Amino acid sequence: MKILVITEQRQGKWNNASFETLAAAQQIAKDTSSTVSALVIGKGIAAFADELAAKNIAEVLKVEDDVLEAYTADGYCVALKQVIESAKPELVLFPHTYQVRDFAPKLAAMLGKGMIGDCIGYRNESGKLVFVRQMFQGKTAADVIFVGAAPWFASFQSGAFRADLLARHPSGKAPVNAVSVTVNAEQIRTRPLDLFKEAKSAVDLTQAPLIVAIGRGIKAPENIPQAEALAKALGGEIAASRPICDEGWLPMERQIGSSGQTVAPKLYLALGISGAIQHVVGMKGARTIVAINKDANAPIFEIADYGVVGDIFEIMPALTEELQKAK
Amino acid sequence: MNIIVCIKQVPAKDAPLAIAGNWIKESDIGFEMNEPDSYALEEALRLKEKHGGEVIALSLGPERVKQTIKEALAKGADRAIHIVDENFAQLDPLGSAKTLAAAIQKEKADLVLTGLQSDDHGLGQTGVLLAGLLDLPHATIIMQIEVADGKLKLKRELEAGWFQHLECPLPAVLSIQSGINKVRYATLKGIMSAKKKEIAAMSRESLGVSVEPTQKIEKIYVPTKTKKTEFLTGTPKEVATKLVEKLKFEARVI
Repeated sequence: MKILVITEQRQGKWNNASFETLAAAQQIAKDTSSTVSALVIGKGIAAFADELAAKNIAEVLKVEDDVLEAYTADGYCVALKQVIESAKPELVLFPHTYQVRDFAPKLAAMLGKGMIGDCIGYRNESGKLVFVRQMFQGKTAADVIFVGAAPWFASFQSGAFRADLLARHPSGKAPVNAVSVTVNAEQIRTRPLDLFKEAKSAVDLTQAPLIVAIGRGIKAPENIPQAEALAKALGGEIAASRPICDEGWLPMERQIGSSGQTVAPKLYLALGISGAIQHVVGMKGARTIVAINKDANAPIFEIADYGVVGDIFEIMPALTEELQKAK
Repeated sequence: MNIIVCIKQVPAKDAPLAIAGNWIKESDIGFEMNEPDSYALEEALRLKEKHGGEVIALSLGPERVKQTIKEALAKGADRAIHIVDENFAQLDPLGSAKTLAAAIQKEKADLVLTGLQSDDHGLGQTGVLLAGLLDLPHATIIMQIEVADGKLKLKRELEAGWFQHLECPLPAVLSIQSGINKVRYATLKGIMSAKKKEIAAMSRESLGVSVEPTQKIEKIYVPTKTKKTEFLTGTPKEVATKLVEKLKFEARVI
């Protein structure tokens, strides 16, 4: 089988999830006696191609064009469709980034194929590849298989594979092959404008060693001071899952998860957080995770070191008091 | 501006899920509007209030979906299309999108909106696939929409606190990020007037769509734990004492 990994760079910087997916591809290749090619797309990407060539892969495909300088879904789909038709990979893998979500399903559909997105792993069942992903906000896992002829498309969630296990090329460098594509400017219908960050956040949660995070279980904004008191007793920062910030109960800069900040504190205390994937990717690197939730089946308990099944409104004040005593 | 909003009905957030093969047992649980789709609906209603036109709620699913459609109508959608499919949980994303696209093609919409992803399958592909199938430009994870000179000026969310502005011609397909707006509740007046609004029911067959699956869920199951969780029990006070002790002397993080 021929595996093609579509890597991602933006404005001269890698999206590091690319290397995790490349590591996943190497592992699948080993399991299934397949070969791995890596593709980089954009403009002025020779250095990226070179870096990929040092990995243990069969070849690097370099797709370069003026109109591909800034990412557009239209540009990427038109170009990559041509590459896939000529390179004929059986399995096309992507890191599950926001950019990939923006174009990859359409690219697959343009070739009449489907995509299994946001996978957290795979199994090789005597030649049949089974992809594992989460459903129902992480409450269940699902085994998903492709039906019909190749090419098959799949993306891997960030953190699902370890980039540090990526094997280097055994004897120097893989060949870099430029693939020419024809993309006309008028095929690109959207016009990307400026990239920007909102006003600088007053708080950098990535530097906080102790974090108290709240989720839907907090129920109402008037309950937040209880969690803040707990954070204060702990000497930590208050943070939240996306729905809390969507409601405007805490500012967006306090949001942990795929669309917010990614943190790896010494202690992460999750209060009334169910543990949907989008949240977990932002905090699973924490050294110690404590989860308090009324639902014993909440997925957050899968990654917790300490768990309490109970009412956060009873435990928060008790814990605040204990922490004040322990000082 | 005529807007079609695609709305999925999903199991209620606190519904206890009982696994049955490759789906869940539907008999004993409640269902609700997929939360990300409620933001798309709200955005459609706001655009209509600003620019005029019509909001059409489009939903695919079994008979139970009617309840969610009625909620959309009560909130202010003008009419609805229900593609009735008792077996829709078994459709793959491409099959769902093909079905929705066929219904959209019968309308003259300037804008098609979807939520970012569903709380059940969570694939987040519908909007992007619709754009491909309808041959329309699209953008995803949208945090702001302005309409001027027949064009959209959009703010799109990227990872790690980054955003991007982009321009997109009409007609277009947008998938809306949760939190873009504050979702309204249905008023009593809205609920009453919804009773007179049209819900056009149709089948996939009547739309002339045949779907070949490209992927299949073999089974779903409770995920295997990656960490050994130590559960602390007792009264709130006992739990708090134990936890502080563990954090201090075992994990040594405080």
